[in-house]
Amino acid sequence: MAQDNMSQKSETDLKLLPLDGLHRALGGRMVPFAGYAMPVQYPAGVMAEHLWTRAEAGLFDVSHMGQLLLEGEGAARWLESLAPGDFAGLLPHRSRYSLLLADDGGILDDLMVTNSGTTLYLVVNGATKHHDILHMRSRLPSGLTLTYLDDHALLALQGPAAVGVMARLGLVPDTDGQPAVEGMKFMTAGRYVWRGEKLGITRSGYTGEDGYEISLPAAAAEAFAETLLAERHVKPIGLGARDSLRLEAGLPLYGHDLTPAIEPVEAGLAFAISKRRKVEGGFPGAERILKALLEGPARKRVGLRLDGRQPAREGASVFAGTQQVGVVTSGGFGPSVGAPIAMAYVAAAHAADGTQLDIDVRGKRLAATVVPMPFSPKNYAR
Amino acid sequence: MRYFTKDHEWIDVAGSVATVGITDYAQAQLGDVVFVEVPDVGRMVEAGKEAAVVESVKAASEVYAPVSGSVTESNAALTDDPGLVNSAPESDGWFFRLSLSDPGELTGLMDEAAYQAFVATL
Repeated sequence: MAQDNMSQKSETDLKLLPLDGLHRALGGRMVPFAGYAMPVQYPAGVMAEHLWTRAEAGLFDVSHMGQLLLEGEGAARWLESLAPGDFAGLLPHRSRYSLLLADDGGILDDLMVTNSGTTLYLVVNGATKHHDILHMRSRLPSGLTLTYLDDHALLALQGPAAVGVMARLGLVPDTDGQPAVEGMKFMTAGRYVWRGEKLGITRSGYTGEDGYEISLPAAAAEAFAETLLAERHVKPIGLGARDSLRLEAGLPLYGHDLTPAIEPVEAGLAFAISKRRKVEGGFPGAERILKALLEGPARKRVGLRLDGRQPAREGASVFAGTQQVGVVTSGGFGPSVGAPIAMAYVAAAHAADGTQLDIDVRGKRLAATVVPMPFSPKNYAR
Repeated sequence: MRYFTKDHEWIDVAGSVATVGITDYAQAQLGDVVFVEVPDVGRMVEAGKEAAVVESVKAASEVYAPVSGSVTESNAALTDDPGLVNSAPESDGWFFRLSLSDPGELTGLMDEAAYQAFVATL
Protein backbone atom coordinates (compact mmCIF):
# COMPACT_ATOMS: atom_id res chain seq x y z
CA MET A 1 0.00 0.00 0.00
CA ALA A 2 1.32 3.44 -0.87
CA GLN A 3 0.04 6.63 0.66
CA ASP A 4 0.18 10.01 -1.06
CA ASN A 5 2.17 11.68 1.65
CA MET A 6 2.46 15.43 1.28
CA SER A 7 6.24 15.26 1.29
CA GLN A 8 9.02 12.92 2.29
CA LYS A 9 11.04 15.77 3.75
CA SER A 10 12.93 14.53 6.79
CA GLU A 11 11.67 15.70 10.16
CA THR A 12 14.92 17.49 10.92
CA ASP A 13 14.29 20.07 8.16
CA LEU A 14 10.95 21.00 9.64
CA LYS A 15 10.19 23.86 11.96
CA LEU A 16 8.33 23.05 15.14
CA LEU A 17 5.12 24.73 16.25
CA PRO A 18 5.04 26.30 19.72
CA LEU A 19 2.60 23.54 20.66
CA ASP A 20 4.70 20.71 19.15
CA GLY A 21 5.10 18.92 22.50
CA LEU A 22 1.39 19.16 23.26
CA HIS A 23 0.42 17.77 19.82
CA ARG A 24 2.68 14.76 20.34
CA ALA A 25 1.43 14.24 23.92
CA LEU A 26 -2.13 14.23 22.54
CA GLY A 27 -1.18 11.51 20.06
CA GLY A 28 -1.15 13.78 17.02
CA ARG A 29 0.28 12.21 13.87
CA MET A 30 2.80 14.77 12.68
CA VAL A 31 3.30 15.38 8.95
CA PRO A 32 5.22 18.01 7.00
CA PHE A 33 3.03 20.96 6.00
CA ALA A 34 4.14 24.48 4.98
CA GLY A 35 7.61 23.72 6.33
CA TYR A 36 6.35 22.71 9.77
CA ALA A 37 5.71 19.41 11.52
CA MET A 38 1.94 19.61 11.97
CA PRO A 39 -0.73 17.27 13.35
CA VAL A 40 -2.79 15.84 10.47
CA GLN A 41 -5.02 13.98 12.92
CA TYR A 42 -5.24 12.80 16.52
CA PRO A 43 -6.27 9.27 17.59
CA ALA A 44 -10.00 10.07 17.14
CA GLY A 45 -9.42 10.35 13.37
CA VAL A 46 -10.48 12.80 10.65
CA MET A 47 -14.15 11.75 10.52
CA ALA A 48 -14.73 12.02 14.29
CA GLU A 49 -12.76 15.28 14.52
CA HIS A 50 -14.77 16.81 11.69
CA LEU A 51 -18.13 15.84 13.20
CA TRP A 52 -17.03 16.96 16.68
CA THR A 53 -16.22 20.44 15.34
CA ARG A 54 -19.68 20.73 13.75
CA ALA A 55 -21.41 19.56 16.97
CA GLU A 56 -19.17 20.93 19.77
CA ALA A 57 -15.87 22.82 19.52
CA GLY A 58 -12.55 21.96 17.89
CA LEU A 59 -9.18 23.46 18.75
CA PHE A 60 -6.88 24.02 15.77
CA ASP A 61 -3.26 25.10 15.91
CA VAL A 62 -2.74 27.40 12.93
CA SER A 63 0.52 28.90 14.17
CA HIS A 64 2.15 28.06 10.82
CA MET A 65 0.18 30.95 9.31
CA GLY A 66 1.94 34.30 8.98
CA GLN A 67 0.86 37.01 11.39
CA LEU A 68 1.99 40.45 10.23
CA LEU A 69 1.59 43.99 11.55
CA LEU A 70 1.48 46.87 9.10
CA GLU A 71 2.02 50.21 10.78
CA GLY A 72 2.46 53.85 9.83
CA GLU A 73 0.65 56.79 8.33
CA GLY A 74 -1.23 55.74 5.20
CA ALA A 75 -0.88 52.00 5.78
CA ALA A 76 -4.46 51.28 4.70
CA ARG A 77 -4.14 53.28 1.47
CA TRP A 78 -0.85 51.58 0.65
CA LEU A 79 -2.34 48.11 1.21
CA GLU A 80 -5.01 49.08 -1.33
CA SER A 81 -2.24 49.16 -3.96
CA LEU A 82 -1.69 45.41 -3.39
CA ALA A 83 -5.20 44.11 -2.64
CA PRO A 84 -8.72 45.06 -3.78
CA GLY A 85 -10.28 45.70 -0.34
CA ASP A 86 -11.50 49.03 1.05
CA PHE A 87 -9.04 49.19 3.93
CA ALA A 88 -9.28 52.98 4.30
CA GLY A 89 -12.94 52.37 5.12
CA LEU A 90 -12.30 49.38 7.39
CA LEU A 91 -13.61 50.41 10.80
CA PRO A 92 -11.56 49.80 13.95
CA HIS A 93 -12.01 46.27 15.34
CA ARG A 94 -13.33 44.92 12.06
CA SER A 95 -11.82 42.18 9.89
CA ARG A 96 -12.08 41.71 6.15
CA TYR A 97 -11.17 38.83 3.83
CA SER A 98 -8.93 39.94 0.99
CA LEU A 99 -6.55 38.84 -1.75
CA LEU A 100 -2.95 39.75 -2.44
CA LEU A 101 -2.80 40.21 -6.21
CA ALA A 102 0.01 39.98 -8.78
CA ASP A 103 0.32 42.72 -11.41
CA ASP A 104 -1.79 40.65 -13.83
CA GLY A 105 -4.55 40.16 -11.23
CA GLY A 106 -3.59 36.57 -10.39
CA ILE A 107 -4.01 35.59 -6.76
CA LEU A 108 -0.74 35.50 -4.78
CA ASP A 109 -2.47 34.70 -1.50
CA ASP A 110 -5.69 35.13 0.41
CA LEU A 111 -5.56 36.85 3.77
CA MET A 112 -7.49 38.38 6.64
CA VAL A 113 -7.00 42.08 7.32
CA THR A 114 -8.01 43.44 10.73
CA ASN A 115 -8.01 47.08 11.82
CA SER A 116 -6.73 46.78 15.39
CA GLY A 117 -7.39 50.48 15.99
CA THR A 118 -3.77 51.55 15.59
CA THR A 119 -2.34 49.05 13.08
CA LEU A 120 -3.42 46.64 10.39
CA TYR A 121 -3.06 43.03 11.49
CA LEU A 122 -2.74 40.57 8.60
CA VAL A 123 -2.98 36.79 8.64
CA VAL A 124 -1.56 35.10 5.54
CA ASN A 125 -1.11 31.44 4.58
CA GLY A 126 1.79 29.47 6.04
CA ALA A 127 3.13 28.11 2.76
CA THR A 128 3.17 31.58 1.15
CA LYS A 129 4.10 33.81 4.10
CA HIS A 130 7.79 34.29 3.27
CA HIS A 131 6.96 35.16 -0.33
CA ASP A 132 4.22 37.54 0.85
CA ILE A 133 6.62 39.31 3.20
CA LEU A 134 9.17 39.76 0.39
CA HIS A 135 6.44 40.95 -1.95
CA MET A 136 5.24 43.56 0.54
CA ARG A 137 8.65 44.68 1.84
CA SER A 138 10.01 45.22 -1.67
CA ARG A 139 7.14 47.66 -2.27
CA LEU A 140 6.98 49.20 1.19
CA PRO A 141 7.35 53.00 1.19
CA SER A 142 9.39 54.75 3.86
CA GLY A 143 7.28 55.58 6.86
CA LEU A 144 5.56 52.18 6.92
CA THR A 145 6.81 49.12 8.77
CA LEU A 146 5.87 45.48 8.31
CA THR A 147 6.56 43.27 11.31
CA TYR A 148 6.44 39.47 11.19
CA LEU A 149 5.07 38.23 14.52
CA ASP A 150 7.03 34.97 14.52
CA ASP A 151 6.99 34.94 18.32
CA HIS A 152 3.20 34.55 18.32
CA ALA A 153 1.03 31.45 18.12
CA LEU A 154 -2.38 31.40 16.42
CA LEU A 155 -5.13 29.09 17.63
CA ALA A 156 -8.66 28.65 16.29
CA LEU A 157 -11.58 27.47 18.40
CA GLN A 158 -14.42 26.51 16.05
CA GLY A 159 -17.89 25.09 16.50
CA PRO A 160 -21.20 25.87 18.19
CA ALA A 161 -19.76 25.36 21.70
CA ALA A 162 -16.87 27.79 21.11
CA VAL A 163 -18.77 30.85 22.33
CA GLY A 164 -19.68 29.24 25.66
CA VAL A 165 -16.13 28.03 26.21
CA MET A 166 -14.66 31.47 25.45
CA ALA A 167 -17.22 33.11 27.78
CA ARG A 168 -16.01 30.93 30.68
CA LEU A 169 -12.32 31.88 30.34
CA GLY A 170 -12.65 35.11 32.31
CA LEU A 171 -11.25 37.22 29.47
CA VAL A 172 -11.08 40.91 30.35
CA PRO A 173 -11.62 43.42 27.52
CA ASP A 174 -8.46 45.52 27.17
CA THR A 175 -10.24 48.78 26.40
CA ASP A 176 -13.40 50.46 27.65
CA GLY A 177 -16.51 50.06 25.57
CA GLN A 178 -15.33 46.82 24.02
CA PRO A 179 -17.86 43.94 24.11
CA ALA A 180 -17.35 40.82 26.21
CA VAL A 181 -15.88 38.05 24.04
CA GLU A 182 -19.26 36.30 23.73
CA GLY A 183 -20.79 39.56 22.46
CA MET A 184 -18.40 39.90 19.51
CA LYS A 185 -19.99 39.69 16.06
CA PHE A 186 -18.68 37.69 13.10
CA MET A 187 -15.62 39.39 11.54
CA THR A 188 -14.95 41.70 14.46
CA ALA A 189 -11.82 41.86 16.58
CA GLY A 190 -10.65 42.89 20.03
CA ARG A 191 -7.84 42.62 22.52
CA TYR A 192 -8.51 40.72 25.75
CA VAL A 193 -6.39 39.91 28.79
CA TRP A 194 -6.04 36.33 30.06
CA ARG A 195 -3.80 35.65 33.08
CA GLY A 196 -1.86 38.84 32.38
CA GLU A 197 -1.30 37.93 28.69
CA LYS A 198 -2.74 40.04 25.88
CA LEU A 199 -4.73 38.05 23.35
CA GLY A 200 -5.76 39.40 19.95
CA ILE A 201 -9.11 37.76 19.20
CA THR A 202 -11.24 37.77 16.06
CA ARG A 203 -14.63 36.12 15.67
CA SER A 204 -13.78 34.28 12.50
CA GLY A 205 -12.40 31.02 11.18
CA TYR A 206 -12.26 28.76 8.16
CA THR A 207 -14.58 25.88 8.99
CA GLY A 208 -18.02 27.37 8.24
CA GLU A 209 -18.78 27.28 11.96
CA ASP A 210 -19.03 30.06 14.50
CA GLY A 211 -15.78 30.49 16.35
CA TYR A 212 -12.71 32.50 17.20
CA GLU A 213 -9.10 32.91 16.18
CA ILE A 214 -6.76 33.78 19.02
CA SER A 215 -3.30 35.32 18.58
CA LEU A 216 -1.07 35.14 21.64
CA PRO A 217 2.60 35.06 22.65
CA ALA A 218 4.07 31.64 21.83
CA ALA A 219 5.23 31.22 25.43
CA ALA A 220 1.63 31.43 26.67
CA ALA A 221 0.15 29.14 23.99
CA GLU A 222 0.48 25.82 25.79
CA ALA A 223 -1.17 26.98 29.03
CA PHE A 224 -3.98 28.58 27.02
CA ALA A 225 -4.49 25.50 24.82
CA GLU A 226 -4.54 23.21 27.85
CA THR A 227 -7.14 25.44 29.52
CA LEU A 228 -9.36 25.11 26.44
CA LEU A 229 -8.78 21.35 26.18
CA ALA A 230 -9.78 20.91 29.84
CA GLU A 231 -13.33 21.82 28.76
CA ARG A 232 -15.36 18.72 27.90
CA HIS A 233 -16.69 20.47 24.78
CA VAL A 234 -13.22 20.96 23.28
CA LYS A 235 -11.10 18.43 21.40
CA PRO A 236 -7.94 18.94 19.35
CA ILE A 237 -8.48 18.82 15.58
CA GLY A 238 -5.84 18.15 12.92
CA LEU A 239 -5.21 19.37 9.39
CA GLY A 240 -7.20 16.53 7.84
CA ALA A 241 -10.47 17.67 9.37
CA ARG A 242 -9.58 21.33 8.84
CA ASP A 243 -9.45 20.51 5.13
CA SER A 244 -12.74 18.57 5.03
CA LEU A 245 -14.49 21.28 7.09
CA ARG A 246 -13.40 24.13 4.82
CA LEU A 247 -14.26 22.09 1.72
CA GLU A 248 -17.82 21.50 2.97
CA ALA A 249 -18.04 25.21 3.80
CA GLY A 250 -17.14 26.01 0.17
CA LEU A 251 -14.03 27.91 1.26
CA PRO A 252 -11.12 27.83 -1.21
CA LEU A 253 -7.67 26.63 -0.15
CA TYR A 254 -4.69 28.61 -1.41
CA GLY A 255 -2.30 26.59 -3.58
CA HIS A 256 -5.17 24.35 -4.70
CA ASP A 257 -8.35 26.33 -5.45
CA LEU A 258 -6.51 29.65 -5.69
CA THR A 259 -3.21 30.19 -7.54
CA PRO A 260 -1.41 32.96 -9.43
CA ALA A 261 -3.08 31.61 -12.60
CA ILE A 262 -6.56 32.39 -11.20
CA GLU A 263 -8.16 35.83 -10.81
CA PRO A 264 -10.72 36.69 -8.10
CA VAL A 265 -13.89 36.78 -10.25
CA GLU A 266 -13.55 33.28 -11.70
CA ALA A 267 -12.70 32.12 -8.16
CA GLY A 268 -16.13 33.37 -7.02
CA LEU A 269 -14.47 35.91 -4.73
CA ALA A 270 -15.86 39.11 -6.26
CA PHE A 271 -17.22 39.98 -2.79
CA ALA A 272 -13.59 40.61 -1.75
CA ILE A 273 -13.45 43.52 -4.22
CA SER A 274 -14.98 46.34 -2.18
CA LYS A 275 -17.62 48.57 -3.75
CA ARG A 276 -15.42 51.67 -3.77
CA ARG A 277 -12.59 49.72 -5.39
CA LYS A 278 -14.89 48.47 -8.16
CA VAL A 279 -15.57 52.09 -9.03
CA GLU A 280 -12.07 53.47 -8.50
CA GLY A 281 -9.87 50.50 -9.50
CA GLY A 282 -6.24 51.12 -8.63
CA PHE A 283 -5.43 47.55 -7.52
CA PRO A 284 -3.17 45.12 -9.41
CA GLY A 285 -4.84 43.64 -12.47
CA ALA A 286 -7.82 45.99 -12.08
CA GLU A 287 -8.45 46.18 -15.82
CA ARG A 288 -8.64 42.41 -16.27
CA ILE A 289 -10.61 41.86 -13.06
CA LEU A 290 -13.19 44.60 -13.71
CA LYS A 291 -13.64 43.23 -17.24
CA ALA A 292 -14.34 39.78 -15.80
CA LEU A 293 -16.85 41.34 -13.40
CA LEU A 294 -18.64 43.11 -16.24
CA GLU A 295 -18.59 40.39 -18.89
CA GLY A 296 -18.47 37.31 -16.67
CA PRO A 297 -15.43 35.04 -16.41
CA ALA A 298 -14.68 32.29 -18.96
CA ARG A 299 -14.58 29.67 -16.20
CA LYS A 300 -15.93 29.51 -12.68
CA ARG A 301 -15.14 27.78 -9.42
CA VAL A 302 -18.11 25.51 -8.71
CA GLY A 303 -19.17 22.91 -6.20
CA LEU A 304 -19.72 19.35 -7.41
CA ARG A 305 -21.62 16.63 -5.64
CA LEU A 306 -20.80 13.13 -6.84
CA ASP A 307 -23.18 10.22 -7.11
CA GLY A 308 -22.14 7.11 -5.18
CA ARG A 309 -19.38 7.02 -2.59
CA GLN A 310 -16.16 7.29 -4.57
CA PRO A 311 -14.36 10.63 -4.11
CA ALA A 312 -12.62 12.56 -6.90
CA ARG A 313 -9.37 14.25 -5.96
CA GLU A 314 -7.44 17.33 -7.03
CA GLY A 315 -6.36 17.10 -10.67
CA ALA A 316 -9.25 14.94 -11.90
CA SER A 317 -10.67 16.06 -15.27
CA VAL A 318 -14.30 17.18 -15.55
CA PHE A 319 -16.29 16.30 -18.68
CA ALA A 320 -19.53 17.33 -20.35
CA GLY A 321 -20.09 14.30 -22.56
CA THR A 322 -16.80 13.67 -24.36
CA GLN A 323 -15.56 17.25 -24.00
CA GLN A 324 -13.29 18.20 -21.11
CA VAL A 325 -14.72 21.35 -19.52
CA GLY A 326 -12.80 21.63 -16.28
CA VAL A 327 -10.58 20.25 -13.56
CA VAL A 328 -11.06 19.40 -9.89
CA THR A 329 -8.98 21.56 -7.52
CA SER A 330 -10.13 20.06 -4.19
CA GLY A 331 -12.05 16.89 -3.57
CA GLY A 332 -12.81 14.42 -0.87
CA PHE A 333 -15.51 12.90 1.23
CA GLY A 334 -17.70 15.34 3.17
CA PRO A 335 -18.32 13.75 6.58
CA SER A 336 -21.30 16.02 7.40
CA VAL A 337 -22.69 15.86 3.85
CA GLY A 338 -22.22 12.07 3.88
CA ALA A 339 -21.11 12.02 0.24
CA PRO A 340 -18.12 12.82 -1.94
CA ILE A 341 -17.83 16.51 -2.84
CA ALA A 342 -15.39 18.58 -4.87
CA MET A 343 -14.52 22.06 -6.06
CA ALA A 344 -13.63 22.48 -9.72
CA TYR A 345 -12.98 25.18 -12.28
CA VAL A 346 -15.48 24.63 -15.08
CA ALA A 347 -16.17 26.50 -18.34
CA ALA A 348 -18.88 29.10 -17.68
CA ALA A 349 -21.33 27.39 -20.09
CA HIS A 350 -21.30 24.30 -17.83
CA ALA A 351 -21.19 26.06 -14.46
CA ALA A 352 -24.90 26.59 -13.72
CA ASP A 353 -26.36 24.86 -10.66
CA GLY A 354 -27.92 21.55 -11.62
CA THR A 355 -25.62 20.90 -14.61
CA GLN A 356 -24.80 17.20 -14.96
CA LEU A 357 -21.10 16.51 -15.51
CA ASP A 358 -18.73 13.53 -15.30
CA ILE A 359 -15.42 13.31 -13.47
CA ASP A 360 -12.68 10.99 -14.69
CA VAL A 361 -11.17 9.02 -11.82
CA ARG A 362 -8.53 6.51 -12.92
CA GLY A 363 -10.29 5.97 -16.22
CA LYS A 364 -13.77 5.61 -14.74
CA ARG A 365 -16.42 8.31 -15.23
CA LEU A 366 -18.21 9.36 -12.04
CA ALA A 367 -21.49 11.28 -12.38
CA ALA A 368 -21.56 14.65 -10.62
CA THR A 369 -23.93 17.62 -10.36
CA VAL A 370 -23.01 21.31 -10.05
CA VAL A 371 -24.43 22.45 -6.70
CA PRO A 372 -24.36 25.74 -4.79
CA MET A 373 -21.75 26.11 -2.07
CA PRO A 374 -21.50 25.80 0.89
CA PHE A 375 -22.22 22.07 0.77
CA SER A 376 -22.98 22.21 4.48
CA PRO A 377 -24.84 25.25 5.92
CA LYS A 378 -22.73 27.98 7.52
CA ASN A 379 -23.33 28.84 11.13
CA TYR A 380 -21.85 32.29 11.83
CA ALA A 381 -22.69 34.77 14.62
CA ARG A 382 -23.83 37.65 12.43
CA MET B 1 -0.27 -19.64 5.90
CA ARG B 2 -0.36 -15.85 6.06
CA TYR B 3 2.35 -13.65 4.55
CA PHE B 4 2.95 -9.89 4.69
CA THR B 5 4.55 -7.25 2.48
CA LYS B 6 6.57 -4.14 3.33
CA ASP B 7 3.72 -2.17 1.74
CA HIS B 8 1.41 -3.48 4.49
CA GLU B 9 -0.68 -5.97 2.54
CA TRP B 10 -1.42 -9.43 3.92
CA ILE B 11 -2.02 -12.55 1.83
CA ASP B 12 -3.57 -15.70 3.19
CA VAL B 13 -2.67 -18.73 1.07
CA ALA B 14 -4.65 -21.97 0.89
CA GLY B 15 -3.34 -24.20 -1.87
CA SER B 16 -3.25 -22.22 -5.12
CA VAL B 17 -5.83 -19.64 -3.98
CA ALA B 18 -5.07 -16.63 -1.79
CA THR B 19 -6.98 -13.81 -0.07
CA VAL B 20 -5.49 -10.30 0.05
CA GLY B 21 -6.13 -7.34 2.36
CA ILE B 22 -4.32 -4.55 4.17
CA THR B 23 -2.96 -4.80 7.69
CA ASP B 24 -4.21 -3.25 10.90
CA TYR B 25 -1.16 -0.96 10.83
CA ALA B 26 -2.12 0.21 7.32
CA GLN B 27 -5.75 0.95 8.19
CA ALA B 28 -4.65 2.95 11.23
CA GLN B 29 -2.35 5.03 9.02
CA LEU B 30 -5.12 5.64 6.48
CA GLY B 31 -7.84 6.63 8.89
CA ASP B 32 -11.53 6.39 8.06
CA VAL B 33 -11.99 4.48 4.80
CA VAL B 34 -14.86 5.82 2.70
CA PHE B 35 -14.46 3.84 -0.54
CA VAL B 36 -12.58 0.82 -1.87
CA GLU B 37 -12.02 0.11 -5.56
CA VAL B 38 -11.41 -3.64 -5.94
CA PRO B 39 -10.24 -5.39 -9.14
CA ASP B 40 -12.74 -7.07 -11.44
CA VAL B 41 -12.95 -10.85 -11.48
CA GLY B 42 -10.69 -12.24 -14.20
CA ARG B 43 -8.20 -9.40 -14.08
CA MET B 44 -4.54 -10.44 -14.04
CA VAL B 45 -2.61 -8.64 -11.31
CA GLU B 46 1.16 -8.49 -11.12
CA ALA B 47 3.30 -8.76 -7.98
CA GLY B 48 4.16 -5.28 -6.67
CA LYS B 49 1.78 -3.52 -9.08
CA GLU B 50 -1.46 -1.67 -8.29
CA ALA B 51 -4.42 -3.98 -7.75
CA ALA B 52 -6.87 -1.88 -5.72
CA VAL B 53 -7.36 1.64 -4.39
CA VAL B 54 -8.48 2.57 -0.91
CA GLU B 55 -9.87 6.06 -0.29
CA SER B 56 -9.90 7.70 3.12
CA VAL B 57 -11.45 11.08 3.89
CA LYS B 58 -8.16 12.75 3.06
CA ALA B 59 -6.40 10.70 0.36
CA ALA B 60 -6.40 7.87 -2.15
CA SER B 61 -3.85 5.08 -1.65
CA GLU B 62 -2.89 2.26 -3.97
CA VAL B 63 -2.93 -1.33 -2.79
CA TYR B 64 -0.40 -3.58 -4.49
CA ALA B 65 -0.76 -7.25 -5.35
CA PRO B 66 1.63 -9.18 -3.08
CA VAL B 67 2.02 -11.84 -5.79
CA SER B 68 0.87 -12.30 -9.38
CA GLY B 69 -2.34 -14.05 -10.28
CA SER B 70 -5.84 -13.97 -11.66
CA VAL B 71 -8.59 -12.37 -9.56
CA THR B 72 -11.29 -14.91 -8.69
CA GLU B 73 -13.46 -12.86 -6.32
CA SER B 74 -13.66 -9.37 -4.83
CA ASN B 75 -15.24 -8.45 -1.51
CA ALA B 76 -18.73 -7.13 -2.33
CA ALA B 77 -19.33 -6.23 1.33
CA LEU B 78 -16.87 -3.33 0.98
CA THR B 79 -19.22 -1.55 -1.44
CA ASP B 80 -21.85 -0.98 1.25
CA ASP B 81 -19.53 -0.90 4.23
CA PRO B 82 -16.01 0.33 3.39
CA GLY B 83 -15.54 0.86 7.14
CA LEU B 84 -14.92 -2.92 7.38
CA VAL B 85 -11.35 -2.08 6.33
CA ASN B 86 -11.02 -0.13 9.61
CA SER B 87 -13.02 -2.41 11.88
CA ALA B 88 -11.83 -5.80 10.58
CA PRO B 89 -8.83 -5.21 8.29
CA GLU B 90 -7.37 -8.69 8.63
CA SER B 91 -10.65 -10.65 8.39
CA ASP B 92 -14.02 -9.36 7.01
CA GLY B 93 -12.30 -6.34 5.42
CA TRP B 94 -10.42 -8.46 2.83
CA PHE B 95 -10.13 -6.95 -0.66
CA PHE B 96 -9.89 -9.76 -3.26
CA ARG B 97 -9.01 -13.39 -3.89
CA LEU B 98 -6.68 -14.61 -6.58
CA SER B 99 -5.40 -17.79 -8.11
CA LEU B 100 -1.59 -17.71 -7.89
CA SER B 101 0.39 -17.78 -11.12
CA ASP B 102 3.72 -18.44 -9.41
CA PRO B 103 3.70 -19.73 -5.82
CA GLY B 104 7.47 -19.20 -5.83
CA GLU B 105 6.83 -15.45 -5.39
CA LEU B 106 5.69 -16.14 -1.82
CA THR B 107 9.26 -16.81 -0.72
CA GLY B 108 10.06 -13.08 -0.90
CA LEU B 109 7.35 -12.18 1.65
CA MET B 110 7.47 -11.92 5.46
CA ASP B 111 5.77 -14.14 7.99
CA GLU B 112 3.79 -12.55 10.83
CA ALA B 113 6.73 -12.36 13.26
CA ALA B 114 8.98 -10.73 10.65
CA TYR B 115 6.24 -8.25 9.72
CA GLN B 116 5.63 -7.26 13.36
CA ALA B 117 9.38 -6.73 13.78
CA PHE B 118 9.37 -4.60 10.60
CA VAL B 119 6.43 -2.47 11.83
CA ALA B 120 8.23 -1.92 15.14
CA THR B 121 11.03 -0.17 13.23
CA LEU B 122 8.66 2.35 11.59
